[in-house]
Amino acid sequence: MKFLSRYTPLQIAIHVYAWSALVWIIYELLTGSFSINPIQELEQRTGRHAITLLVLSLLCTPIHTIFKWSEPLKRRRTLGLYTFLYATIHVIIFVDLDYGLAWSLLIQELVEKPRLIVGLIAFTLLIPLAITSFDIWKKRLGKNWKRLHRLVYLIAPLAFLHYVWSKKGDLLSLQGEVAKPLIYGLLIAIFLIFRIPIIRKALASFSIRDLRLPPKKDQQPKVDAP
Amino acid sequence: MSNPFKSVPVRSSEITSKHVYLSRRDFIKTAGVVAGSMALAACAPEAVESTAASALDAGPPKTDELGNPANSFEDITNYNNYYEFSTNKEAVASLSKDFTTAPWTVEVGGLVNKPQTFGVEDLLGLFPQEERIYRLRCVEAWSMVIPWNGFPLASLLKMVEPTSAAKYVRFETVFRPEEMKGQGSPFYPWPYEEGLRMDEAMNDLAILATGMYGETMLPQNGAPIRLVVPWKYGFKSIKSIVKIELTAERPNTLWNTVATNEYGFYANVNPAVDHPRWSQASERRIGELSRTASLPFNGYGEQVASLYAGMDLSLNF
Repeated sequence: MKFLSRYTPLQIAIHVYAWSALVWIIYELLTGSFSINPIQELEQRTGRHAITLLVLSLLCTPIHTIFKWSEPLKRRRTLGLYTFLYATIHVIIFVDLDYGLAWSLLIQELVEKPRLIVGLIAFTLLIPLAITSFDIWKKRLGKNWKRLHRLVYLIAPLAFLHYVWSKKGDLLSLQGEVAKPLIYGLLIAIFLIFRIPIIRKALASFSIRDLRLPPKKDQQPKVDAP
Repeated sequence: MSNPFKSVPVRSSEITSKHVYLSRRDFIKTAGVVAGSMALAACAPEAVESTAASALDAGPPKTDELGNPANSFEDITNYNNYYEFSTNKEAVASLSKDFTTAPWTVEVGGLVNKPQTFGVEDLLGLFPQEERIYRLRCVEAWSMVIPWNGFPLASLLKMVEPTSAAKYVRFETVFRPEEMKGQGSPFYPWPYEEGLRMDEAMNDLAILATGMYGETMLPQNGAPIRLVVPWKYGFKSIKSIVKIELTAERPNTLWNTVATNEYGFYANVNPAVDHPRWSQASERRIGELSRTASLPFNGYGEQVASLYAGMDLSLNF
């Protein structure tokens, strides 16, 4: 167990959570308890895990802003790379298992269906982020690295659209199968709004420190005059 | 020592021709049925049901008229789109297992001369049960082949004598949120409602099903009585019906209310008209890994295409 001491609890939690989806899928496949419609289930689970990891990566900065806890900032890379891993598995399952590499059918679907277009754009934009996630690229790109990685502000809403458009329902009228996508959409919206400079400043000043109890000397109980 | 597995030459005259062995199989089948029915005739009435059910199990693999094998009982009862219980298809079976299906009545009224409320058991006595092995094509682009037991909807409608003003049939699912947790969801205009045009409802393919694989229908499949309209997307085949109403106006349908531009009133299976967000050109048959091309009217064009003669099916989707 000694090697575990090299990792913080947050790191361990992230790795365990990230791998859990894949481990669970493999466990169910091996025990024969996986879905009756396995390909669709694989697509949906890997997709949902990818978007969950993406949302978690967006949560890191607000946590730092509000709680002044800086460790999550270091974990964004891990969460981003796991997002890319699951998004890649998701795309491979769709192209290979689902459509059996039938490119003509795939291209026709891609052209006609905005759901697939936004999904593909989101995935494509993840590629440069994954490639440049290493320190060497961070140094090499300098200021541009940060600019490049702000692409995630576009990727997250696209991933959300891709998700909600795969469900039977209408988001604008809040009818149909919208509850789960709605939660993801709201979280993404909130975490992005928290990054707007003026809101970020307000959050930082209204941080958890202000909620702490004032110093002890002020806490002397007032004694009523007899 | 001679090899027992060595192949020996067989003269072609010794090989049983396909025609002969098929007819032999037919003979065995027929003999089985005859013997079975003789056994049944000798049985006490209460034993008949169980014998019939086991005969169904032992019978040849069921196929639809195109030769597609029926999905297993297991698949059909564990993969269900029934949002009244859950949006998770594989959770419906367990969530619906305690659903009360008896006593159950179906109120048939509206523009009819003889409105009447039927108990489900009355309907079973009034109309002989037929087996119909139908393809079920979900609007989500998966499909199954299901051996239903039921009777033509037309038989019931004729009994209540629709008036000449009746142009549509409206169906309603039971509203029982205490047993159907999904009906607590604010995102759907419960109760589920569906509708057919009169001529669609009178088509012989449209049935009210009360059983599946020769067994009484289970709650997850829409017990005790559901509609099956095999040439339309699955959501038209409303489950757990409590009300059938003949109307002059086209009735609302739940999915049309939810998303008008995505789920039309007709909802005929049509590979040429896509759902706005996904293709309807192909489908995945549950149990198969590759996709299959979807058929116009789900393969029932010969029986139903004439109902839509002259209509633009991309507008009347």
